[in-house]
Amino acid sequence: MTLLLKTDGITMKFGGLTAVKDLNLEINQGEIVALIGPNGAGKTTAFNMITGVYKPTEGKIHFSKKDITGLKPHLITKHGMARTFQNIRLFKELSVMDNVLIANHLHLKASYLESILHLPRYRQQKNASVKKSEFLLERLGLSQFKDEKASSLPYGLQRRLEIARALATDPKLLLLDEPAAGMNPKETDDLTHFIKEIRDEFQLTILLIEHHMSVVMGISDRIYVLDHGITIAVGNPQSIQNDQKVIEAYLGVSEDA
Amino acid sequence: MKRRNLALSIIAIALLLLFLIFADSSLDSYQKRILNLCAIYVILGLSMNLINGFTGLFSLGHAGFMAVGAYTTALLTMSPAIKEQTFYLEPIVAPLANLNMPFLPALLMAGILSAFVAFIIGAPVLRLKGDYLAIATLGFSEIIRIIFTNTQSITNGSLGLKSIPPHTNLWWSFGGAALTVIFMVFLIKSSYGKAFKAIREDEIAAESMGIGLFKHKMLSFVTGAFIAGVGGGLLGSLLGAINPNMFRFVLTFNVLLVIVLGGMGSITGTVISAFVVTSGLEYLRFLDETIDLGFIEIPGVAGLRMVVFALLLMMVVVFFRNGLMGTNEFSWDKLISFLKRKFPFKKEVGH
Ligand SMILES: Nc1ncnc2c1ncn2[C@@H]1O[C@H](COP(=O)(O)OP(=O)(O)O)[C@@H](O)[C@H]1O
Ligand SMILES: [Mg+2]
Repeated sequence: MTLLLKTDGITMKFGGLTAVKDLNLEINQGEIVALIGPNGAGKTTAFNMITGVYKPTEGKIHFSKKDITGLKPHLITKHGMARTFQNIRLFKELSVMDNVLIANHLHLKASYLESILHLPRYRQQKNASVKKSEFLLERLGLSQFKDEKASSLPYGLQRRLEIARALATDPKLLLLDEPAAGMNPKETDDLTHFIKEIRDEFQLTILLIEHHMSVVMGISDRIYVLDHGITIAVGNPQSIQNDQKVIEAYLGVSEDA
Repeated sequence: MKRRNLALSIIAIALLLLFLIFADSSLDSYQKRILNLCAIYVILGLSMNLINGFTGLFSLGHAGFMAVGAYTTALLTMSPAIKEQTFYLEPIVAPLANLNMPFLPALLMAGILSAFVAFIIGAPVLRLKGDYLAIATLGFSEIIRIIFTNTQSITNGSLGLKSIPPHTNLWWSFGGAALTVIFMVFLIKSSYGKAFKAIREDEIAAESMGIGLFKHKMLSFVTGAFIAGVGGGLLGSLLGAINPNMFRFVLTFNVLLVIVLGGMGSITGTVISAFVVTSGLEYLRFLDETIDLGFIEIPGVAGLRMVVFALLLMMVVVFFRNGLMGTNEFSWDKLISFLKRKFPFKKEVGH
């Protein structure tokens, strides 16, 4: 097994608040790993450190054997990491198709002038991007909406569009921040299968934050549990389900109660 | 469909050319001047819309870029003899004294120099966001004005430049406007144009999709400054005389008015609005002058028309956020379906 992502004791402090403390993630190629924990545990903050939105106060992040600590988000994306957001961040006023096309821009080899003048090298690459984006929209069942404004899609489809957009950057590692938020049990079930499918189809490694335990237990190879920024448990779904600390964290039972 | 639209476009261009031929030969110089101004405002509006409307950068430095362009073009096209006459307080510096070139390369130099200035100030300024960027760019444009007032041997200081060769005519201004429109359409359609819009929509998401914020903001800023420099060059040559005071914030405000009224992020909107605002500003000139109603004389209030336009801008911002076009663009298909809806005189087949 090859190690794809490794965080060495990453810590994030906001003023006096330590949102994440000494987080050590190890994710192997092809795995689906879940990051769980109560609200405010520091899960999204961990994502933001890994994807470069925040620079960790302490610690190092290695991705594909390269030190990516402190790199700008767009460079980390170029290294092969893509994400979705807990509170959907689509390019709202733009079409569904444009949302996905924009995620191809980072691979564009044609220069600025070549692109403006639509010279052959640009046209060739653009046509390839259009084809790929059409395929992704088709694959995610969004083809029929391709000319609609992204903000006009229903919530569930917006979440799917975010995944399509992330896939268009050709990631090795996909980070999903609460992909099942706001979904009903049927949709959640579909999503579980869907995540497995895309993992196999696009040879992805997946790190996901999720509250729906059916999703987490159904697809995770391993689970990290955060509480108040501290990693309180690591293990496979079975061991996590039976972990006393985890149960307490989730039920809000404190030691002295 | 495609063929029909192509045909319509060719007809429209032919009509425009016919109109220009007619205007060039039959209109008086005042009317021609207004038409020239309209076309130049198309160029200026599009350049600012690229930065503010399409990329979402709140930049207010436009007058600065225009000043750089206007002075560059003027100094490069004025003959050595005229320059000697103009710079009577302090002679012009040696290399500039004899530098002289035709209008086209001078305009290109104006664009290049303005783009270069944008590149230099962009490095610190484009790391700022929102209001801070607005304040910094506003400061930049004031600094340009003050520098130009004090570099006597380069810009002739507050005396300004006079007898600038009047190269700008309808062909130059409309040619420039047409080229700018085509350039913008191609740019916005391209992958880079979409990247600019992505930054406008959501910087964090854009960056997460691999779009380098600084690089792309810089590209947009420098490109906009290039076009603004050319526009400034055309303007200076149209007016025949320039001085640093022309490039106060009001000039930036006029261009801002054009793009907000037309719709931030719409090429069509800017084109229409450039004509409306420019001719409107001219038409309302009477507000600044004394109005003689025969029985009573209303004294003119200098700047009243700007007040009217400022109020208009406020109303648009409050009530019609999206301006005339929002982010929509003109297309023949849309126009035709619009006309069909408005005038449904299709033959009704009975059922
Ligand atoms: N940019 C920020 N500035 C200050 N505090 C923050 C910031 N982002 C997150 N936090 C705080 O860090 C803690 C963890 O937040 P978050 O990572 O969003 O939790 P989770 O995703 O697990 O629900 C919370 O207390 C939150 O208020
Ligand atoms: Mg969160």
